[in-house]
Amino acid sequence: MNLNTIVEVKRPKSFEDIEWRDGHAFLGGGTWLFSEPQVTTDTLVDLQQFGWPALTVKPEGLEIAATCKIVELHDFKGPPEWKAVPLFDKAIDCFLMSFKIWNAATVGGNVVMSLPAGAMISLTAALEGVCTLWPQNGKPRQVPVVDFVTGMHTNVLQKGELLRSILLPTAALTKRFAIRQVSLTHFGRSAALIIATVKDDGSDFLLTVSAATPRPVHIRFKKTPSASELHQAIDQQLPPGSWFNDVHGSAPYKRHITFYLAEQIRAELS
Amino acid sequence: MSKYEVNGRLYSAEPKPGQCLRTFLRDLEVFGVKKGCDAGDCGACTVWVDGHPFHSCLVPAFRGEGKKITTIEGLSQNGKLHPIQQAFHDAQAFQCGYCAAGMMMTTASAAFDEAHKADLPHALKGNICRCTGYRSIVDALHGKKNIEEDVAGKALGASLANPFTDAILTGKAHYTMDVAMEGMLHLKVLRSPHAHARLKKIDKSKALAVPGVVAVYTWDDVPRRLYSTALREDHLVDPDDTYMLDNVARFVGQRLVAVIGETEAAVEAGVRAVVIDYEILPTVFDPVAAMEPGAPILHNKDEVVTDNGNIFCTLQGEIGDVTKGFKEADVIHENTYSTSRVQHVHLETHGSIAYKGKDGRWHVRTSSQGPFAARTKLAYLMGVPASQVHVYTERVGGGFGGKQEMVSEDLPLFATMKLEGRPVKWEWTREDEFIGATTRHQMTTKVKIGAKKDGTLTALDVSVVSNTGAYGNHASETLAAAMASPFAAYRCANKKGIGRVVYTNMIPGGGFRGYGASQTTFAMECAMDELAKVLGMDPFEIRRKNVVRPGDNVESIWMKPSDASFGSHGIDQCLEIVQRELKKGNGVKKPDGADWLEGTGAALAMLECGPPTEHRSGAEMKLLADGTYHLACGSSEMGNGITTAHKQMAASVVGVRAADVDIINADTDRTPHDTGTFASTGTVVAGKAVMITAEAMKADILDFASRFTKTPVDKCRLDKDAVICGNKRIPLTELHAEGAKVAHRFTVSRKAYLSPRTIAFNVQGVRLAVHKVTGEVRILHSVHAADIGRAINPMQCRGQLDGAVAMGYGWALVENMVHDEGHMVNPQLRNCRVPAFADTPHTDIFFADTVDAIGPLGAKSQGECGINPVAPAVSNALANATGVRFAHLPFTADRLFAGGLTRAK
Repeated sequence: MNLNTIVEVKRPKSFEDIEWRDGHAFLGGGTWLFSEPQVTTDTLVDLQQFGWPALTVKPEGLEIAATCKIVELHDFKGPPEWKAVPLFDKAIDCFLMSFKIWNAATVGGNVVMSLPAGAMISLTAALEGVCTLWPQNGKPRQVPVVDFVTGMHTNVLQKGELLRSILLPTAALTKRFAIRQVSLTHFGRSAALIIATVKDDGSDFLLTVSAATPRPVHIRFKKTPSASELHQAIDQQLPPGSWFNDVHGSAPYKRHITFYLAEQIRAELS
Repeated sequence: MSKYEVNGRLYSAEPKPGQCLRTFLRDLEVFGVKKGCDAGDCGACTVWVDGHPFHSCLVPAFRGEGKKITTIEGLSQNGKLHPIQQAFHDAQAFQCGYCAAGMMMTTASAAFDEAHKADLPHALKGNICRCTGYRSIVDALHGKKNIEEDVAGKALGASLANPFTDAILTGKAHYTMDVAMEGMLHLKVLRSPHAHARLKKIDKSKALAVPGVVAVYTWDDVPRRLYSTALREDHLVDPDDTYMLDNVARFVGQRLVAVIGETEAAVEAGVRAVVIDYEILPTVFDPVAAMEPGAPILHNKDEVVTDNGNIFCTLQGEIGDVTKGFKEADVIHENTYSTSRVQHVHLETHGSIAYKGKDGRWHVRTSSQGPFAARTKLAYLMGVPASQVHVYTERVGGGFGGKQEMVSEDLPLFATMKLEGRPVKWEWTREDEFIGATTRHQMTTKVKIGAKKDGTLTALDVSVVSNTGAYGNHASETLAAAMASPFAAYRCANKKGIGRVVYTNMIPGGGFRGYGASQTTFAMECAMDELAKVLGMDPFEIRRKNVVRPGDNVESIWMKPSDASFGSHGIDQCLEIVQRELKKGNGVKKPDGADWLEGTGAALAMLECGPPTEHRSGAEMKLLADGTYHLACGSSEMGNGITTAHKQMAASVVGVRAADVDIINADTDRTPHDTGTFASTGTVVAGKAVMITAEAMKADILDFASRFTKTPVDKCRLDKDAVICGNKRIPLTELHAEGAKVAHRFTVSRKAYLSPRTIAFNVQGVRLAVHKVTGEVRILHSVHAADIGRAINPMQCRGQLDGAVAMGYGWALVENMVHDEGHMVNPQLRNCRVPAFADTPHTDIFFADTVDAIGPLGAKSQGECGINPVAPAVSNALANATGVRFAHLPFTADRLFAGGLTRAK
């Protein structure tokens, strides 16, 4: 929709060119910004000119630029030892949005929007991604994705701070994975999106609960847990009050379904 | 100036900084790009940017600079339809056509590859169609041809293409907002943030100071005349309880202040700048609480007459002796069922443009199911003669009852009258629809029903509470419909009922496909199923045994003469077809695993074809000099296919191709009066007018030909483009020329009125699987049989049923408007879902073989009632699968979980 309060689009060539003030908003793909009125915003700061490479394979892992389009992540083929790469597509499939939106929406945009059901949050949290943030003043800082999102539409970003990239570490990319999603409508927005990864030897089992909770939650086990260990751990870390109630699923349902899906995942990875 | 290439044409233009590509293209008068949601959820605005499909409402316009942009207008090359356009043409993969451009720009794109085609549920995630139930879209993508050739003399019963097909598929069809006008002003309203408040003081000075704002109107500026927004012939049926703008807000979303300005941006800023000092008033949202003594009263009793406090209207009655009937019963079932509030979500939102014409009169271009009724109301509100007001539609993008309401016409008309006749446009947003339009009335129905061991019903006692929200538009009539056919459908000597419709601080109810009957059909058909279960009887058998037949009194809870009568009776066939098909199966197995439970269910619905209130329609027909015909009929075409049907009806009477009958519709200047296209009347009332007008046309031609050739009229007959008199064949062109010499104009007009009303039936059968842990429901087999008399256009009839059944599944399984203290929590399509492709099962549709003795040319109503048996059939199938009765819509997975799914057998 038209954002009629916008009076200017700034198209800086570099981050240093930005003089941030209230009323500015970073424009990535625009798929969220343009989907709702933004009456407190008067200036869009277009990130496209930065020309960041979308995906960079590095010795330490895969660096995903915040401006990487979903379609680029979808098309990515990693080295064969990165067994978790097929998870990218499976997570992308959990979006409510269609393949057309992939052409515009960005990974960073989805993470920064910080919705409980943000599939890129689920993906990058599950793969133990680490965000690189560029504050307006000061040095870049690193924050794990799982800590980046703090709740419904809230995150750790300071005013004018920019999500530059997310690094998925090689260690996580080489793990096996399993994923389950449930939605109230077919292929709709997630009521629960649960992912687990585990090393080939059954060690370092990491369960990531998302959509069912206001923010992604890691539950880590030294080795693949038993059914009862898993159940207990979820119950302990996520007591009844900690589930996210919204139009995409009631909190009691999300809790119920998380136990079920988590156990399925555990069984699959055992 | 920046350069933009659109459909191969270069434009020098500068978009506004925050403008999206969708409106930028429309500013260039590329109107094929539609707005369904303006938020990326519906796909109606899909265009290609350098060959890639995008939702143009989400694309910043400046990013289109220097790119090749292709819209629906650019899809066909050298006047030849693109293969996908041809496929949509051949399959008639649209009804209102509003989503078609986006559907085609999605499916014709290079990105829509074989993998996408093989997985349509995924691939069409981003495209919503509210009319078709997606079936004809699948047909198009599978290269299926659904149309027949238009042959003179064979128009009746032929599956002819929509006459506007090419315009719709090439983006040339103009919907309400698809016009540019010199000096257009924009209008937006400030909507109430409070569920109940008095406006103590309104300060409009800051709004008026916004550059570009031209006027700000409050309750103090507009005529203070009470009216109802409901459209129908008899304006006394609905309560006059609404002011154009009021100083009391009674629901969140009520329009309070109108701001008019040169640009949409200025108007939006103006709306934000209005300052209102509210006195917050106590609220009530639950209709039962609203009936209690001491509840906050919604309407001043000096202005709005109600039965008692917030109870706007009570309907009650008894036939026979219900107490005695229950004593005679061997088994009794009693339960409370409730249905949810849903929105129509016609993809074209409401919108109107009002202006003063060169003729000095007031013109209102609008998206309405009832332009004539709207004109009457507008004339009354503005205090001008109706002859000074012209209301018309061009192409309407869906209605479903939501446009049987005058909600967008009055303010633009008032504004243009104040502002020297400058055109004033009010285009609604999707959020406006969710919070400021109307919804299906939420109803709760208590049913007590008794039967003998053999299944014979002995007594029925129902109690209905309907929540009409803040205003009573359609309140009493939907309640009357709720109290009528669902209970009249069964023979039972003792019936009793009480229905109350109650004002609360919720968004107002309104007319919605199925119109009150949907709500109590749900209750009654679930109750019949429970009764069958207690009796150990087959659910088809109990219905067959008790359903009304010719010779029975067709009566609900009142013993009074009725004009409803069986022109035909096809319910036995419908029950048999659905039972047979479910038994036969379709080979789709339930998913593997013990957690998947399978069940079947069925339900029926009866429809008295047309409203019990006044409804009339007229038509005019002319023979033209070129030997073809022109037909004028006031009905609105909003995707229901009524213009196609009317052309076919007229063509069949005069024995020509449908293409030889040109048509104009829904225009208060150019067509005779028509009450409106709602309440299942397009075929049985307007169609009747068309039929008798065409018969008069035929008589007029033969009469003139007889006199002209001095041949007895019984020796004269029409033969396509000629008349045969004795052994002489005279082309109609020649006859017309002869007529012109003696001022014989070959022009006729007739009027039709609705009475008696015939009776139609629908039966829905469902076999489904439900996962007892996740609550996921998969429809494995969906069967629908309709008793609609002769199908004027079988393809269109099937399409109407596809759409109605899909909407029924939406109501049952998908749609959920969530409110918190009157505030809608999810007023966006991504949060308040309507069925997408993946949510919509294929339905096998069958027709009973009936030809009606009352309906015109043997036809009955078909577009409305198909929705009614769907939700109860789903509930019955769920009960069959799980042993648990889910009695409260909707059946989303989390609600099934809360309702005891895990206790399933």
